[in-house]
Amino acid sequence: MNTNSPVWVYTDTVKEHFMNPQNVWEDDNYEPDGEGLVGSMACGDQMKVGIKVKEDKIIDLKWQTYGCASAIASTSVMSVMVIGMTLEEAYTLTPVMITEKLGGLPKHKFHCSVLGDKALRAAIDNYLENQGRDNPYRKLVAKIICECKNVTDQQIEDLVKTKKATTLEELREITEYGTVCGKCQFRVQRLFDEYKHIYNV
Amino acid sequence: MKTIYLDNNATTQMAPEVIEIMQESYALYGNASSMHSLGRESMVAIEAARSSVARMIGADGAEIIFTSGGSESDNTVLMLARDMIDEGSKRHRIVTSTIEHPAIIETCQYLEKKGYHIDYVNVDASGRIDSDSFAQLMGDDVLLVSIMAGNNETGTIQDIQKLTQIAHAAGALMHTDAVQAIGKMETDVRQWGVDYLSLSGHKFYGPKGVGALYVRKGAPFKAFVKGGHQEDGNRAGTYNTAAIVGMGRAADLVFETSVQERQNLWYLREKLRTGLQAAIPNVVVNGHPTLCLPGTLNVSFAGAEGESILLMLDFEGIAVSTGSACATGSLEPSYVLLAGGLDVELAHGSIRFSLGRYNTESDIDYVLEKMPTIIRRLREISTR
Repeated sequence: MNTNSPVWVYTDTVKEHFMNPQNVWEDDNYEPDGEGLVGSMACGDQMKVGIKVKEDKIIDLKWQTYGCASAIASTSVMSVMVIGMTLEEAYTLTPVMITEKLGGLPKHKFHCSVLGDKALRAAIDNYLENQGRDNPYRKLVAKIICECKNVTDQQIEDLVKTKKATTLEELREITEYGTVCGKCQFRVQRLFDEYKHIYNV
Repeated sequence: MKTIYLDNNATTQMAPEVIEIMQESYALYGNASSMHSLGRESMVAIEAARSSVARMIGADGAEIIFTSGGSESDNTVLMLARDMIDEGSKRHRIVTSTIEHPAIIETCQYLEKKGYHIDYVNVDASGRIDSDSFAQLMGDDVLLVSIMAGNNETGTIQDIQKLTQIAHAAGALMHTDAVQAIGKMETDVRQWGVDYLSLSGHKFYGPKGVGALYVRKGAPFKAFVKGGHQEDGNRAGTYNTAAIVGMGRAADLVFETSVQERQNLWYLREKLRTGLQAAIPNVVVNGHPTLCLPGTLNVSFAGAEGESILLMLDFEGIAVSTGSACATGSLEPSYVLLAGGLDVELAHGSIRFSLGRYNTESDIDYVLEKMPTIIRRLREISTR
């Protein structure tokens, strides 16, 4: 655990963003070009991100978060990082980059920053969809999880999100993950649970 | 910055009287088990403390075993039941509830994994055990029942006297975890009729790391911590003289002042509850409206998450606790609140205020001044 302040469980940067969150979506009339919502209040955290885009650059971002201090702080710091980025840069932003900017998060809080970048990607996906454009960024961030059957995290994410795979058995039937060497089983299971949590299915 | 401590169910600050007597007893360095005068001096002090603890709960001194705290006392009773089952007791079932402290519930789960039979009685929306559903779980195969007197999270109180009668009618032994109850409600082992009772010094303004187990005279007992003749061979380990003496003083203070203290705590608690409900929309009060430990107020705020509320209060110098999952590192919020059927989202937004002896009316005013802004701010940020 990384803490600048011995009395507080989080770093000073987390505290700063928690107490003075930047770019909060407070205006009900805000009209973003793309919008993404991940997580659920029942799960303890939910994030909504709206972006405005000009010439494939994010010129504005507003957000709302229901959740703990690190969830609020990681969305806030993410908003500051992302404004001015190209869509590609924003899409390839990783949870690690967000947590580094925060000076680190306690290990069990890493999850919160994962939600931040997921909400951002969902907003970019939505923007491109609204524009009727293909999404050239998705394949950039796909990671192969099952090497034997070439299954990526994105496939798993899509199957969970669209409820095509609601159990690990269904996921295995569709993707055949883990049917050869079996080394990926634990990672797949963890990802599967994570996506179920994020998309509240 | 001022500190307003409203987390007295987590632990209490030691009473000045307790600190004073402990400082004196640190000079009693003789091992209380030694035969020489120095040892005897320590033993005299320990025996005085034993009488104080016994008097507080209406027991005899001979029925008190000093332990390291509530968790050890709870474990001792469950492991006693395990030993009895292992040694061929005809009764082989343990009945407990879904809202017990982890020292009971997790130890029961441990026993379950080893093949022991445990049944869990559920609670209603107010956190109360329904005596009829409880009675249905009884039978001539039940060896031990363990039900807490007052819940640490919601403050809801159980009717231990009635539950004990039901357990005894079925021939079962009765244990109650009274760690939260001491000083906050009438706790009389004779009136309740229990066979075992756990208590912990630091929950009633005594020191940490010391507690006691009441074992009714004639109730079965076996040492859990073995390897010494202390406590008549019932609990090994060199006496922690200062801590025991401190707990004894704390017990005296409970005996002398707790009736009045309870009235004051309930007054402050109700002031806080009505004040919050008047100033903040969508506040849900958890637990039973009246059958509740007097200083405990558990409330949920829709649309604001518990850990965030806790930390914002912390910046204002107010210490509370939460049943939110975020604060524990798991994805599940408080099992106690969920057991009562509370909506998951509301469980994430729960805050426990637990008031104690040293809180004043101005503490409550201060909380009521700060709280509305904090909840409003978090709701503004929140995905509605």
